[in-house]
Amino acid sequence: MPLTVTLWSIGALLGVGALGIALASNAAASRVVYGLCFGLSIILFVAAVVPRSAVALTASFPLGLPWIGAHFRLDVLSAFFLAIVNLGGAAASLYAIGYGAHEKHPSRILPFFPVFLAGMNLVILADDAFAFLVAWEFMSLSSWALVMAHHHDAENRRAGVVYLLMASFGTAALLMAFGLLAGSVGGYSFADIRDATHGPSWKSGLVLALVLLGAGSKAGLVPLHIWLPLAHPAAPSHVSALMSGVMTKVAIYGFIRIVFDLLGPPEFWWSMPPLTLGAITAMLGILSATIQSDLKKLLAYSTIENIGIVFVALGLALAFKANGMALPAGLAFTAALFHVFNHSLFKSLLFFGAGAVLNATGERDIERLGGLIHFMPRTAFLFLGACVAISALPPLNGFVSEWLVFQAILLSPSLPQWSLKLLVPAVGVALALSASLCAGCFVRAFGIAFLGRARSTAAKSAQETDLWSLSAMSGLLGLCLLAGLIPSYLIDTITPAAKAFVGGHMPTQGGIPWLSIVPIAESRSSYNGLLVFLFIVFSAFFAALIVRVLGSNASRRGPAWGCGYPDPGTAAQYTGSSFAQPIRRTLGNVAFVARDHLEMPPPGDTRPARFGVEIHDRVWDGVYTPILRAVDFCAGQLDRTHFLTIQGYLGLVFATLVALLLVIAIWP
Amino acid sequence: MALIYDLAAQSTQMILVLSLAPLLLGFTRKVKARLLRRRGPSIFQPYRDLLRLMRKEVVLADNASWLFRSAPYLIFAATWVAAALVPTFATGLMFSWSADLIVITALLGSVRFVLALAGMDVGTSFGGIGSSREMMFASLAEPAMITIVFVVALIAGSTQLSEIAFHMLSHVELRVSYGLALIGLVIVAIAENGRIPVDNPATHLELTMVHEAMVLEYSGRHLAVIELAAALKLLLYVSLIACIFAPWGLAPHGADLRAMTFGAAAYVAKVAVGGFLLAFFEISTAKMRVFRVPDFLGAALMLGLLGTLLRFVSGSF
Repeated sequence: MPLTVTLWSIGALLGVGALGIALASNAAASRVVYGLCFGLSIILFVAAVVPRSAVALTASFPLGLPWIGAHFRLDVLSAFFLAIVNLGGAAASLYAIGYGAHEKHPSRILPFFPVFLAGMNLVILADDAFAFLVAWEFMSLSSWALVMAHHHDAENRRAGVVYLLMASFGTAALLMAFGLLAGSVGGYSFADIRDATHGPSWKSGLVLALVLLGAGSKAGLVPLHIWLPLAHPAAPSHVSALMSGVMTKVAIYGFIRIVFDLLGPPEFWWSMPPLTLGAITAMLGILSATIQSDLKKLLAYSTIENIGIVFVALGLALAFKANGMALPAGLAFTAALFHVFNHSLFKSLLFFGAGAVLNATGERDIERLGGLIHFMPRTAFLFLGACVAISALPPLNGFVSEWLVFQAILLSPSLPQWSLKLLVPAVGVALALSASLCAGCFVRAFGIAFLGRARSTAAKSAQETDLWSLSAMSGLLGLCLLAGLIPSYLIDTITPAAKAFVGGHMPTQGGIPWLSIVPIAESRSSYNGLLVFLFIVFSAFFAALIVRVLGSNASRRGPAWGCGYPDPGTAAQYTGSSFAQPIRRTLGNVAFVARDHLEMPPPGDTRPARFGVEIHDRVWDGVYTPILRAVDFCAGQLDRTHFLTIQGYLGLVFATLVALLLVIAIWP
Repeated sequence: MALIYDLAAQSTQMILVLSLAPLLLGFTRKVKARLLRRRGPSIFQPYRDLLRLMRKEVVLADNASWLFRSAPYLIFAATWVAAALVPTFATGLMFSWSADLIVITALLGSVRFVLALAGMDVGTSFGGIGSSREMMFASLAEPAMITIVFVVALIAGSTQLSEIAFHMLSHVELRVSYGLALIGLVIVAIAENGRIPVDNPATHLELTMVHEAMVLEYSGRHLAVIELAAALKLLLYVSLIACIFAPWGLAPHGADLRAMTFGAAAYVAKVAVGGFLLAFFEISTAKMRVFRVPDFLGAALMLGLLGTLLRFVSGSF
């Protein structure tokens, strides 16, 4: 029953897309389309979370390739991801009811938005390689169309080209991975792949590499992340939220589905690429985020960091699973899925906040914002909540998943392999480093954009955003708080998936007194977010009360003290660039070869002094520039064949023919 | 009855840390002054300062927001909760299981987050410089702390402080990784509390300051609450070092009143030794340049990583 409802709702979403084309010229179109998307997403969410037996539901249709058909399946993992996708989808649709009204060309967005939602849902339900890839392409292309919605901007056009290239590359990698999985028999349905005998070790290694390329490029794994900070900010903010908060999770679903389910029992070395790449991704992502001044780009880089954390947790789960350590594997897997859920909440919220700021001021550059806490107090509060959550600070939800990952790392000395014994501590340090850098990054983002004094007239005249947007953001923050204070229920929701995919799970958390969470045993570690939160609230009120009784209540307003040098101008405030300077100098030196240039004219010269920052993107310079150069070179060489004489062309055809015949003759 | 007894022990701990914190500050200042052959203020001077500040009027900057006004209470509350979760005179108190060592570290991270934002709220360049530097120091101090937590947790097989203290009491032994963790923890404690050589708590109006720059705009009762929180944080780190590396005298779970009193006396003695060592260390070194601090903290991070690696490689280190 839930699967039928789900598939009908997805069909309806496609219909809404068509409706979007028909209505596009109408003034109320955006409300209708987004309202319908909201309703359908809620239905899909309910269908995913409604309690049912653990048996997977399946359906197949005579669509697609004639000898396969289209198979769909709803099991514990797809139900979990379906819930995430549609929660994000519902929030984005609700937000867009208000936000979409500001869109100048709704006809470029309305048809694609519901299709994008439908594509993501279909990827998660697909149960054969063909349906999976078709849905994957649906998702990629519709989101590409949404990225290109504002194509008058040259930067967005560049983002579109890079995204399209990387997306096609990713799909090609997945196509080959499925080809290898299906083998020469060609059983492309997931059930056939599961039943097939698993190939030799090199073959599964190759599949793992291809999946890392395919799903990793969609998720934003370094060094395949380059499209992400270009494309996510280019889209309208509610789409950015969906791409960052939800679409990257669909990519992670693809990784889990293939590596944990289809590829068979893991070997220990499978865990090393995700662990290493995840740690590098987390570090590089957050360092890049720290030096960005474009708010949406900053958020996109921070998405890359969070993907890194998820991949580290998945790598740990693989390592434990391969060594038959069921309980730690369950813990790491739970941590990964918990973080996936958390990130989908607070990243959507952050993008909504950035969109609200963009609408109110027309600015994405934090260096031209400031003081928004006075003009947009509600948005500021909600954005602050998301900043706390993403910085992995208790008592909000980001901390819980990070804490679970650390608990999993603490169990890894019992892994027998030496390579893992040496790798895991380094990964743990990278994780701790990225978590603390993340706090610095979001202090900077919030502090420069929302605190201080307005740096431009646009920021000064900002107005609070509409109620639709505010309600979507409040809902997400409420969920962040709930997941942070009572994580036990969410963990218990993940338990069946952990049981099915890694063979172990955390102890049931629901019955533990005081709603604590206990990953292994109470003597090892436990955490109670609710109690800590209540203590903090109680202590804060207690302190305020005591101060009120013992001390003075008087307060007055005056000019800022500033050590006796009050400065009425706003330019003397700390800027985002100056805030990031210490990090740029210490860690950025290594990561980006960052250099500060100060050009100071000699005394008497009236030229202004100039300050510049030089940043190198090592991934772009080291990986993509050589590839582009090689492609250019090959194209240049092949270009010569365009200018041959007729004899030359005939000779070419003859040579090819001979070469092919030789191949056939020599082939055993 | 047992419940009331447990609750009383927990409340005693909360009040103990709150009342001892300014005393530790006063004691350290006194020792420092005596070592420098000055007379120095009375060790009760911090209490008087707090009371004086509390009675004064608050002067808020024109554009201070609600964040600026609520931050002191949040900072104080989170620090107090964190300090009360570290075992001082007894282990296994009623709520000790609600947070482990990683949570305590992260709670201090929350405190720093709010403090750094409060520093940026008014929009003066001093506040920004303080926040920026604080976040840079934290970006190395926090992972260093986490690696130290790893070392300790891998030795004791638990991240719960009560369990760690119990393990340390029952397995008295010398290990290489203990030494590495202790040195690392001391470095982190010095940096986190803004003591010499990282920051000078006694300076104002100096471009090198960090913590004082963030709270520059605060006055009156707000400043009092923040100063008390800073004192609590210092006490927290001293208690933490005492609890992990010198757990002698800690009353076990469910101990009687006599053991608890003994534990409290031992705790006060340990804090006094800690304060003396801190003062002695502070007068023997000079403050370092801001951009040398990452090297200093990087040493702590590397020590922690080395300790963790040793623990991963073999259980005997």
